[in-house]
Amino acid sequence: MTSIRENKLLGKVISFAFWMLVWYLCALKVGKELILPSPFAVIDSLGRLIVTSRFWLATATTIFRIITGYMLGIVLAVLLAILTCCSSLADSLLSPLIRIVRATPVASFIILALLWMNRTAVPILMSMLMVIPVVWENIIAQYQATDRNLLEMAKAYQLSGWKKFRYIYVPSAFPGFLAGCVSAMGLAWKSGIAAEVLSQPLRAIGTDLYYAKIYLETPDLFAWTSVVIILSMCIEKIIRKVLFRGKSNEGK
Amino acid sequence: MKVNNVSFSYDNKPVFEDYSLEIEEGITCLMGASGLGKTTLLKLLGGLLKPDEGTVDIGGRKVSFMFQEDRLLPWLSVRDNVLLVTDREKETDEMLCELGIDGNLRIDELSGGMARRVALARCLMFDSDLLLMDEPFKGMDSELIIRVAGFIRRQNKTAVISTHSLVEAKALDAEVITL
Repeated sequence: MTSIRENKLLGKVISFAFWMLVWYLCALKVGKELILPSPFAVIDSLGRLIVTSRFWLATATTIFRIITGYMLGIVLAVLLAILTCCSSLADSLLSPLIRIVRATPVASFIILALLWMNRTAVPILMSMLMVIPVVWENIIAQYQATDRNLLEMAKAYQLSGWKKFRYIYVPSAFPGFLAGCVSAMGLAWKSGIAAEVLSQPLRAIGTDLYYAKIYLETPDLFAWTSVVIILSMCIEKIIRKVLFRGKSNEGK
Repeated sequence: MKVNNVSFSYDNKPVFEDYSLEIEEGITCLMGASGLGKTTLLKLLGGLLKPDEGTVDIGGRKVSFMFQEDRLLPWLSVRDNVLLVTDREKETDEMLCELGIDGNLRIDELSGGMARRVALARCLMFDSDLLLMDEPFKGMDSELIIRVAGFIRRQNKTAVISTHSLVEAKALDAEVITL
């Protein structure tokens, strides 16, 4: 067991080192930090950034905004999914709307939202909007795949609507809900940061990304991007651990 | 209970055509080769299927149905699976004890035979007058079958049981109807 884990870790380290080397060689070939800074320049820039209070304030505020949007998105997606499952009228009204939201480019929403609301709230709204269709669709797909045999059993034993919902539909839809929550996290990050870049609220990773771009501070741009990637991966891992904790405990 | 001139087909494949049957109170076994319609007849009696023609009269009895598959909820414990259909906790525990199953076990911890017993317990604990049981005794010994038959008779319930086994029908001391 330990050697499998060690081999996996070794594989990850080798892969990371390989791509760092590729990046370094490319930067050496280009020879211009403005176009492609080397990994060392980015690490240096990151080192300068993380000792400033501005970095931590921007990071904390961005995390807060994106997590808020993500949580609101999940709550709304669950409520809309329940409505969709319970009423065919709600299904007819909501299904096309949510599919349109899913198909609309996030940039269009950001620009529209900037016309309508405070720029600070735009990243929250964008994260929320991108989460809703993913979680909603996952729940609906699992709901529709509910075991017909169990529903026939419920009919035979005259189970109440509440019991069917609580003991058959909810547990059936739950794996889809968990999968939706995990995949929605990445989308929440991407859309939240994109919204910050375009709306430039005070104290935000996206705002600093934008400033790094206009001041041609390419190493800073890369440093902020790496922060976004690391945060997104860490938070996704935490969410995966929290959401699947119950499931892994069940198996023990 | 009467089945009057019933016709029923699945996708234009007829299972029953103008079929009639009378079932007495007590325990009745439906016997016959696979595919002759034992499950369909039980579902017609239980109201889970509607006949294309004819009528099914079960005299307003409340039905408890035991399916050919166990149809247990894998996310609930054995005990909670049974309590899903009844509020009688003490009797449920006694029933599970009688059938030799630990109520705290998870469904995925059960062998096929044990899962069948849980489905049997659920069927017996549901407050009903008529038990419709589709091959309920797979993997169970004659002693247990005799005890179940005793329970059904003590509760003054009517049972229609599909089976392939004459041994089971004898152990149940049931009237036999061959399809």
